Amino acid sequence: MLTIQDVSKTYADGTEALTGIRLAIPPGEILALVGGSGCGKTTLLRLVAGLDTATAGTIRLDGAAITAPHPGVGLVFQEPRLLPWLTIAENVGFGLAHLPRAVRRERVAHVLARVGLSAHGTRWPRDLSGGQQQRVAIARAFVADPVVLLLDEPFSALDAVTREDLHRHLLALWAETRPTIVLVTHDVAEAVALADRAVVMRPHPGRIHDTVVVPRPRSGDSDVAFAATRSLRALLDASLGRITERAAVPA
Amino acid sequence: MSAGAAARILGFEADGKTREAGARARSRPHAGSRRADGRHAVRFVLGVLIPLGLVLGWELATRAGLTQGRLLPPPSRVLGTLLALAQSGDLRLHVQATLLRVALGFVAGAGLGILAGAVTGTVPLMRHLVDPGLQALRAVPSLAWVPLFILWLGILETPKVALIAVGVFFPVYIGVSGAIASVDRKLVEVGRIFRLSRWALARRILLPAVLPGTIVALRTGLGLGFLFVVAAELMGASEGLGYLLVEGQQFGKPDQILAAILAFATLGKLADALLVFLTRPLLRWQDVARDVL
Repeated sequence: MLTIQDVSKTYADGTEALTGIRLAIPPGEILALVGGSGCGKTTLLRLVAGLDTATAGTIRLDGAAITAPHPGVGLVFQEPRLLPWLTIAENVGFGLAHLPRAVRRERVAHVLARVGLSAHGTRWPRDLSGGQQQRVAIARAFVADPVVLLLDEPFSALDAVTREDLHRHLLALWAETRPTIVLVTHDVAEAVALADRAVVMRPHPGRIHDTVVVPRPRSGDSDVAFAATRSLRALLDASLGRITERAAVPA
Repeated sequence: MSAGAAARILGFEADGKTREAGARARSRPHAGSRRADGRHAVRFVLGVLIPLGLVLGWELATRAGLTQGRLLPPPSRVLGTLLALAQSGDLRLHVQATLLRVALGFVAGAGLGILAGAVTGTVPLMRHLVDPGLQALRAVPSLAWVPLFILWLGILETPKVALIAVGVFFPVYIGVSGAIASVDRKLVEVGRIFRLSRWALARRILLPAVLPGTIVALRTGLGLGFLFVVAAELMGASEGLGYLLVEGQQFGKPDQILAAILAFATLGKLADALLVFLTRPLLRWQDVARDVL
């Protein structure tokens, strides 16, 4: 269980990025953090990752407070951030340096197959397209077998087709070990496609606006997904102080 | 389950292919090394075209009696002088002396430069303590140290090597500390996420990241090493290519001066090529424009 208790973050320059965030995320849940820019989504993710520390409140994973990067918490950044001097396979195995070579090779081969890049293990990152590089980054996070996986708008720079492709890869990997996933996104369709629960955040200062539960099973064009998309859109508009007719238009 | 089977079941191999084709086209062809050889040959011919033309023109102009060639000896005479120096064994002696000085000065200067750059680049306190002073010293023209070095270190090898080391030190120091300062914070964060120790972070992320910049700095340093060995040998030496220059001037032998210059150019180029050759395997991963221009 990942718990976020009354977390606030104020930067050194006095900017109040987050205030009073309270969330409990059960194991295996996929939670989407949705919101406009500047609402503190990424800040919250960095706090959970242990890259920054909260000004107030605590973040706990199974009872233990997170104050620094935690072995059970993986993070996929907005950009692939592959190390250009390592091959694709070496990049994926970057966090496994403590394991024997044979074990490392087997686990790397397994996740590379899962993201459809088995044939690319010996290549350099420069040889891959943006979508392929982000698949490598996802594989690198999964291979360490995290309890919690954080994703910071990992698909935002990709075209729609590639993005859907990556959604499938992500869900396939998630299905193997079912880690808790916290996904930051500004894309409502993405939140509905992936998440069990979507938390809408609002800015100035960043805080939780409301929550939408997206029941399973569903496919992209089911009634469930459509209803969830509509209510999420309406909440997002409201969180940004926009009054639109979209919510009022009958389906 | 095999990799391919897993991919097929999940259904991404097929639709992934078209998009991967673009990436594959960008990567360099592994076959076709014969074509690459041909390109190298063409590039080599292009490179020597202008110098060769000048040399030929110069030779022809002297033969045709357009110039007397007393102060500007024709290439054939310069080569003849070089050959004579080589046959007598003098050239080897002078080259050895010069190379030894450059090598010692380069190793000392580059070693200290890398050390100082690494320390000031990674420890803020050391940067604030040491960098301003070094920057001030850098503003001193290196040749200004010559009289002091002679007073302190005598007139034999030590002041010469010291002068070369000073010349090599600064570009290497600036290059290395600059490379460390410009390491991508985003890559360092990847190291933090995987909870690398300070040492592992330095070895697995900082070191490879600063390698390209460091190698460029070493090449600059090596070039300056050859620059300063001439200065060092001009100020008084009984052997070395610089000594050949001085002697050529004193005894009015322009062909010897040009032969020494030719030897300097060859040595400098060879040393640089050797450095590039030795360090190339470390930089195979780089995605640089050089390959497509």
